[in-house]
Amino acid sequence: MLPTDVRNPDYFHKVVDCQWACPAHTPVPEYIRLIAAGRYDDAYMVNWQSNVFPGVLGRTCDRPCEPACRRGRVEEEPVAICRLKRVAADNKGNVSARMPKPASSTNGKRIALVGAGPASLTVARDLAPLGYEVTVFDEFKQGGGMIRSQIPKFRLPEEIIDEEVGYILDLGVKTEFGKRVDSLKGLIDEGYDAIFVGTGAPRGRDLDIPGRQVAAANIHIGIDWLSSVSFGHITSIGRRVIVLGGGNTAMDCCRSSRRLGGDDVKVIVRSGFEEMKASPWEKSDAIHEDIPIINFLVPKEFTHQDGKLTGVVFEKVKAEYDEKGRRKLVNAGEPDIHHECDDVLVAVGQENSFPWIERDIGLEFDRWDMPVVDETTFRSTHPKVYFGGDSAFGPKNIIWAVAHGHQAAISIDLACRGEELTNRPPPKTWLNSQKMGIHEWSYDNDISNDLRYIVPHQDKKIALADIKTEVELGFDLKQAFAEAQRCFNCDVQTVFTEDACIECDACVDICPTDCITFTDNAPEDELRTHLSAPALNLTQDLYVSTDLKTGRVMVKDEDVCLHCGLCAERCPTGAWDMQRFLLDMAKAGSACSKS
Amino acid sequence: MTFLPKPTMHHPELPTNTLGYTRRDYEGAVSTLCAGCGHDSISAAIVRACYELDLPPHRIAKLSGIGCSSKTPTYFLGNSHGFNSVHGRMPSVLTGANLANRDLIYLGVSGDGDSASIGLGQFAHAMRRGVNMVYIVENNGVYGLTKGQFSATSDRGAKSKKGVENNDEAIDLVSMAIQLGATFVARSFSGDKTQLVPLIQAALEHQGAAFIDCISPCVAFNNHVGSTKSFDYVREHNEAVNYLDVITGRDEITVDYAPGSVEIVKQHDGSLLRLRKLAGDYDITSRAQAMGFLQTHAEAGEIVTGLLYVDPEPLDMHHYLKTAKAPLNGMTETDLCPGSAALEKLNASLR
Repeated sequence: MLPTDVRNPDYFHKVVDCQWACPAHTPVPEYIRLIAAGRYDDAYMVNWQSNVFPGVLGRTCDRPCEPACRRGRVEEEPVAICRLKRVAADNKGNVSARMPKPASSTNGKRIALVGAGPASLTVARDLAPLGYEVTVFDEFKQGGGMIRSQIPKFRLPEEIIDEEVGYILDLGVKTEFGKRVDSLKGLIDEGYDAIFVGTGAPRGRDLDIPGRQVAAANIHIGIDWLSSVSFGHITSIGRRVIVLGGGNTAMDCCRSSRRLGGDDVKVIVRSGFEEMKASPWEKSDAIHEDIPIINFLVPKEFTHQDGKLTGVVFEKVKAEYDEKGRRKLVNAGEPDIHHECDDVLVAVGQENSFPWIERDIGLEFDRWDMPVVDETTFRSTHPKVYFGGDSAFGPKNIIWAVAHGHQAAISIDLACRGEELTNRPPPKTWLNSQKMGIHEWSYDNDISNDLRYIVPHQDKKIALADIKTEVELGFDLKQAFAEAQRCFNCDVQTVFTEDACIECDACVDICPTDCITFTDNAPEDELRTHLSAPALNLTQDLYVSTDLKTGRVMVKDEDVCLHCGLCAERCPTGAWDMQRFLLDMAKAGSACSKS
Repeated sequence: MTFLPKPTMHHPELPTNTLGYTRRDYEGAVSTLCAGCGHDSISAAIVRACYELDLPPHRIAKLSGIGCSSKTPTYFLGNSHGFNSVHGRMPSVLTGANLANRDLIYLGVSGDGDSASIGLGQFAHAMRRGVNMVYIVENNGVYGLTKGQFSATSDRGAKSKKGVENNDEAIDLVSMAIQLGATFVARSFSGDKTQLVPLIQAALEHQGAAFIDCISPCVAFNNHVGSTKSFDYVREHNEAVNYLDVITGRDEITVDYAPGSVEIVKQHDGSLLRLRKLAGDYDITSRAQAMGFLQTHAEAGEIVTGLLYVDPEPLDMHHYLKTAKAPLNGMTETDLCPGSAALEKLNASLR
């Protein structure tokens, strides 16, 4: 194998599994250390610079970081990264003084943002402090988009949204709220230098089966119903409720129903329980609220009497797999089942919808009627129109919208300055030794054996009584500290200096997870099999040195390294050093970056 | 040293041996020796050897004297019996323990000061009595705990860290062990576990006095240019005679080496030593030839490593003394005190 080039920022970035997995590449271990140190303001700002909505995401993120967490590979459960983020948001002081200031003068460029959801607000935050005149349009009277309209208040209290949307609007962003944009052409004609479309995936999919029209009064589209609940237009539902669908929207629907008068609420899903799209924790939260999830039932017909819904008939199916491993649901050969109910909530997916975009303005749509958008620059085929969030590539999560927003802002900034969109700024990186003494490091390298802490929940009776009562209470500071200590500090890298190594084997002997081997070099697939412990996780890199004095090389398997620093402590010559690698993704300008 | 205990978390795929233990279960407390000490590598080799041989930790007794080397039993086999004796007196204490309980596996750990200076007489007599043990000398050529004075195994002409030359002749414990009647004699290097681990395993299987002289560089006081026990010097002058594989139990014997390059030695307990010969065309079961070979190579300034001499049919102290087969703690009061009639009989026989 060729020696590893650790100067390539991707190499060490990849070792920080959580940061690498995060679409916005938030420096997770950095803020977890700050939480452990009780520096909640600093932890919040590290988050805010990167993901813009720490308080919101600390409650609602889909957490792509957690399945990636190295701790999940060594122990069982990953660090509760998401809920630690909430700890920073909940316990910070007043951080308004640390926010960027509105630009003192304008640069004369006008940007229109359509939709006031997370993607648009991220673009606004990145561009407004640079002097851009940013205007946000939204049909609702307040900013936040789906964060406000679709996430139930028992998961995300209103004041969190107000606060974090407020930080952005306070940057001198103009708002045109309560105003629906009906024509993109009209907007273009107003002479904006760039237009960003962040309108989400606003249309809930319907279920066109017999009885749908007759019983329409008691059959609701999930996301529309949630938003009516959010804005207080709907305050009750029938006693018996069936929720159709297996995603997070279905989970929000069933749990909201429990709080609005539904005491016999069930979720019925086509697929198997395991394949449901909902996050595992959302499923378990629903089950905890006495909501059964019944699987392998396909809705066939809405039954009704005198025009009023009486229930749903389901066909029983089972999963069959073809030779390519693709799943097919086939009739299980059992009689159909009828479940009685008073109301049905349909949460079987959501779609994009662009009736307001004219098709003759040079903006190309593909055969699924989605705009053609560049995956790096987020520019459409119209040079002034950009897309991001769910409206770009279909429904994803808030954190993806934020990541899209950052990239679109970079593109808009480049375009307005007359530069090439492909000329994207590189991330900023820092690599600093953490050595304080012979065996002292500026990070806590003692490995905690604690198992993942469970976030305390509100008493079920109290939680179900009011739809605005937050269910999760968040970690208290003691739990937060203990949970933060579970983090391995994967951003503190093991950095090897060949010239200093005397091949004494001390690092090999001390390594608790058998990561290090001194051996003859070989091609990667061969090398992976004859290490101290075979390196079978091919998604994790091998760190290979240049040739050492004996002609061998040092090979470190990054897979299960605890970053405990014992290799460096036991190294007599300082060939191993623990160095903190910080990576700050580039953003438009530097107003919202680490300085 | 490090302030922290080694994390108990281990590789998720860490294998277990037939007893259900992982290699980590054979470790001890975290080392307090200097970072990079060769002794820590030897500890790691002992851990691996015992793990791979499926030895029950509670059937091993580790004994040592005084010195850096003699501190190491704390750092391996944390679940075995241990005895840290007086300086140079490990062999006596071990001999006593062995007489009382012959069923345990005895591992004596000592250093060049402990065995070649203050304990030289003890070392000699344990070897010549044929005490069934593994005697490991962790040999770094200096007194590390007192800041690096030459020890008795330091070569004439070797330079200290400050540049002072050693004028005294070195004691070669390997030659002495062969001459004094040890039945398994080897030399190895802490920086070569491929050679060291099987040697320790073979010695543990050997049912007699087994001696391993293990060169173990002292990174603090004896790893400089001019030292003859530094990592660089030993690697440059290492004349590895052979590498071995220890085959125990039902492992299949496959010989896939060039004819003449492999020799199989069957030990008394049934274990097989497969020697991959690299150099040294002599019969390793011959004391005279081994001695000659060592002398020639010492003159050439080479450090000969590998299994140098072995008696496949060793006899041990218990055999010579005709002791009882059972350990003392396994005997009942009637076994130990046969009564007045037996005493009368004995006394009568002496009249």
